[in-house]
Amino acid sequence: MPESIIHTEHLCRLFGTIKAVDDLSMDVPAGIVFGFLGPNGAGKTTTIHLLLGLLEPTQGQIRVMGFDTRSQADEIRNRSGALLEFSGLYERMSAEDNLDLYGRIYRMAEPERKARAKELLTHLDLWERRKEKVGNWSRGMKQKIAIARALFHHPPLVFLDEPTAGLDPIAAAALHADLTSLVANEGVTVFLNTHNLAEAEKLCAKVGVIRNGKLLTIGSPDELRLRNGGHKVEIIGKGFNENTLTLLRARPEVRQAEFQNGCLRIELNGENKIGPLVTLIVQSGAEIEDIARGGESLEDLFLTLMQEENQ
Amino acid sequence: MNDLQTMIWKEWRDFLWSGGRSDLLRPLLNIAVLGIILPLSFSQSWINLESTPVLIVVFTPFMFVILIISDAIAGERERHTLETLLASRISDRAILLSKVLVTVGYNWMMTLFCLLLGDVVVNLSQRPGQFEFYKPISLFAVVLVLCFLTTLLAASGGVLISLKSVTVRQASQTMLLGLIILGLAITTVVKLLPPGLTASLTTPQMVLIIMLVLVVLDMILLVATLLSFQRSRLILS
Repeated sequence: MPESIIHTEHLCRLFGTIKAVDDLSMDVPAGIVFGFLGPNGAGKTTTIHLLLGLLEPTQGQIRVMGFDTRSQADEIRNRSGALLEFSGLYERMSAEDNLDLYGRIYRMAEPERKARAKELLTHLDLWERRKEKVGNWSRGMKQKIAIARALFHHPPLVFLDEPTAGLDPIAAAALHADLTSLVANEGVTVFLNTHNLAEAEKLCAKVGVIRNGKLLTIGSPDELRLRNGGHKVEIIGKGFNENTLTLLRARPEVRQAEFQNGCLRIELNGENKIGPLVTLIVQSGAEIEDIARGGESLEDLFLTLMQEENQ
Repeated sequence: MNDLQTMIWKEWRDFLWSGGRSDLLRPLLNIAVLGIILPLSFSQSWINLESTPVLIVVFTPFMFVILIISDAIAGERERHTLETLLASRISDRAILLSKVLVTVGYNWMMTLFCLLLGDVVVNLSQRPGQFEFYKPISLFAVVLVLCFLTTLLAASGGVLISLKSVTVRQASQTMLLGLIILGLAITTVVKLLPPGLTASLTTPQMVLIIMLVLVVLDMILLVATLLSFQRSRLILS
């Protein structure tokens, strides 16, 4: 188990009587993309502000890279990069100057700044436009520069708040590839706030789901699927009939069995083995082509969690 | 020091000179008013540094600062650049002092340039071929110091107001109100002074007192601004 780069314990943040973050305890291992999922107003951005030491917690403890956010926030900000809710670019300045400013802020030497700006701008296909003021650029182009700025000084920890907002699908796919490579090759940890569940499913080794400031669940996407939908089995094949369903429903380990979109969906009571059920289906005359366990997507899981919380 | 230099560079590029033609408007207006039009209309009394030209020279940069300083923090907040800056490692002091220093430095240098230009303009229009500098030269030095102190007063007060305002418009309105209150306060204080007091003071003594008052006010405002700068409060607003 890798060491935690972020550790929170019973973290609370109140705004008046509103609990923006409520008893949040979690560990984020180093060197992964951690997805922080939640609907609007769930407390995701406040959590990033707390982790960066921009806001003081009302209660609880936070350690980021081993530093306490209350007393060592400067150390955290010195070692991290952030793209917050807005791109935060200086629109009267050129793309090159926007990057150079953050290179200066992080005390990079001039040759290093120039080389890094060239590397990133070339990679983003924006090198030829480096002298243009970013105020005239599209939202997607600004977002690309803002992401480059967050990564400019090679921080070991990067906070990204909805980084693909405003990016076209090609740019979003390129960003996904870049983040994956950054984590794999440079060991960077990415704390990713997102609404985009497909993005989280694709990128994140671990996700946390937050609502009304409360952490509803945390784990790897596979763990969460097992925890919440792992007792479901989806069987694709031919020759399923009412007899198959009757046989299955008679079994004590089967809670529910039904046909759905041409598939046979079985919900089990607990973590039972499905071998005997497969034998039963085959004996009923059906032909099995594929079996998927825990067939829920992260999106299904997220929606289920939100519904449970509503109830 | 490195942080301060970085932020001064940023203020210069973002606020004063980003390379566009529109950036020329503000300095050209300043030069036209203080370096050409006013010296030509006052002619010799401009060079003699009589009371009206002195008052104009001292308060014009003050007014220019008032016009632009409301943008300092409130503008960054409106454009969402402040949050990203606060999430970086840059120190609070560097962010604040750079805004004050760039505004004061720019306006003071501009005033000095305009005064020198004004001198040339008056000399050329009055007596081509001859050259006369401001007199007395000690008063010229006093005017420059007063300019610096009033500009610093406007800049540090402006940054403090901008810090506490959510929008540039709110900052500008508060600044205008502050200016009216300042004017009324000065008039009231002058009226409350014992009649014999001003008469008993020599001009150098009066100038010294004014300078001391300005220095004290500048210090109070600067310290208040530095104490008011809290990352969490700025993020919340």
